[in-house]
Amino acid sequence: MSALLEIGGLSSAYGQSQVLWDVDLTLARGQVMALIGRNGVGKTTLLHTIMGTRPVTGGTIRFDGQDIAALPAHKRSRAGIGFVPQGRHVFPQLTVMENLETGLSALTGRGKGSAKVPPHIFDLFPKLYDIRTRAAGFLSGGEQQQLAIGRALAGEPSLLLLDEPTEGIQPNVVQQIEAALVHVRDQLGMTVLVVEQYLDFVWRFANRYCAMQNGRIIRQGAIAGESAKDVAHLVQI
Amino acid sequence: MDALFLNQLFNGASLASLYLLAALGLALSFGLMRVINMAHGEMLMLGGYLAWMTLLVVPGAMGIILAIPVAFIGAAAMGGFIQSTLIRHLSARPLDTLLATWGVSLILQQGARDLFGAIGVEVRAPEWLTGSFVAFGVTLPSARLFIIAIAALVLGALALLLLKTRIGLLVRAVNQDRMMASASGIDVKRVDFTIFCLGSGVAGLAGVMLALLGPVTPNVGQSYIIPAFLVVVMGGLGSIVGTTASAIILGLFAALAQIFVDVSVAQMLLLMFVILFIQVRPQGVVAVKTRQLDA
Repeated sequence: MSALLEIGGLSSAYGQSQVLWDVDLTLARGQVMALIGRNGVGKTTLLHTIMGTRPVTGGTIRFDGQDIAALPAHKRSRAGIGFVPQGRHVFPQLTVMENLETGLSALTGRGKGSAKVPPHIFDLFPKLYDIRTRAAGFLSGGEQQQLAIGRALAGEPSLLLLDEPTEGIQPNVVQQIEAALVHVRDQLGMTVLVVEQYLDFVWRFANRYCAMQNGRIIRQGAIAGESAKDVAHLVQI
Repeated sequence: MDALFLNQLFNGASLASLYLLAALGLALSFGLMRVINMAHGEMLMLGGYLAWMTLLVVPGAMGIILAIPVAFIGAAAMGGFIQSTLIRHLSARPLDTLLATWGVSLILQQGARDLFGAIGVEVRAPEWLTGSFVAFGVTLPSARLFIIAIAALVLGALALLLLKTRIGLLVRAVNQDRMMASASGIDVKRVDFTIFCLGSGVAGLAGVMLALLGPVTPNVGQSYIIPAFLVVVMGGLGSIVGTTASAIILGLFAALAQIFVDVSVAQMLLLMFVILFIQVRPQGVVAVKTRQLDA
């Protein structure tokens, strides 16, 4: 298995305060990596730095054999990185359908020229079809989360970045989202980097983990080798 | 209702149309880029001079029709030039863009003074625009009816573009969440550029309309930039519906105030009206309401 994403010596700073220090991280194709750690250790910043929505101050990011560290976010998206950020960030005044259509922009330059939202997204999230004409800003948290995932999938990414997909969502919807993500992993064969505090969920879903502390990666390993209880102290305060 | 009132109502409608054409570009570029474009008034001026030049080349009835696309494209190109050489390189701080574009505004005014003279030029409107209709005992000049019709057409075209086309979808997405738009594969800088050109083009079109009402002078843009900003501020920054409603309110207010006071006092009352309005309703005529779910 060749590496899809290779990050080397990555650093990022907000003005004077450095948030990421010398981060090395490799994701093989088809791998599902859980990124865990307490609040404020740099997990979200790392995702944004990979996506290109935060500037890189040092280090390299290789994606699919190409150095993308200097590329703007839209070019990384078109290269095949999909992003489901924390807080969902659906476009509030666009309808559900329009939100999904914005995701098609990631297909620009890939010679596919699909102008339609692929129907498998509605197979994955049937609820989205029922509410396709509603403004996204008025949806519930769970619906917005499904929409944000669907929008990322519309761009047919090879790497999916997920930031706390279960945050603030009621348990029965968490199950639906988990089922959809399992489908993404098994049927679509996508590589996934997921930030998650809900360890039981992510331990069922991921096959590797890495833990961050103070802007550095302090521990990595296979999920199979450890129980969620062993790493819980890295997440809890 | 007496004839004076009806007459001013009609003048108000045409003034509102001019305000709207002048303000739409400002509202678009502020909504999308948080750019305060002080050189926007000079896009009106440019449109006016382009109309004048078009009529020199093609005099007669067709000239003014031809002037509309010429002014639109000319002003859009100038706007695109300013955006790509200056505005896109400034940080997102509104004050930086305000000062820089004010400088551009002064340069363009002086440029026009050097090229065309300080006095200004007169556009001779074709015959079919110099006449007037009489309805309900009120005289309606054709030129003003033409301006109202053009403003309605532009507004309709813009609404169609924003609501029904792919580029419109991308503009709305960038407007609502710039970070997420770029993470979804949208080239936000290209969308910025396109909208800036479009807004400048519409201002150029407004310049053609101004040329039908009076002389085109190097500082003609200055007399419309302030009301245009008032329209944008009162409309609820960046909202097209709000900008339209606010242009109508302010156009009618200014025209009706002139029944009782002279033009400069009416301007002052207009300013006071907007200040009071913003005190009561800081979010403007149209406020965007959504369920915010920010983590």
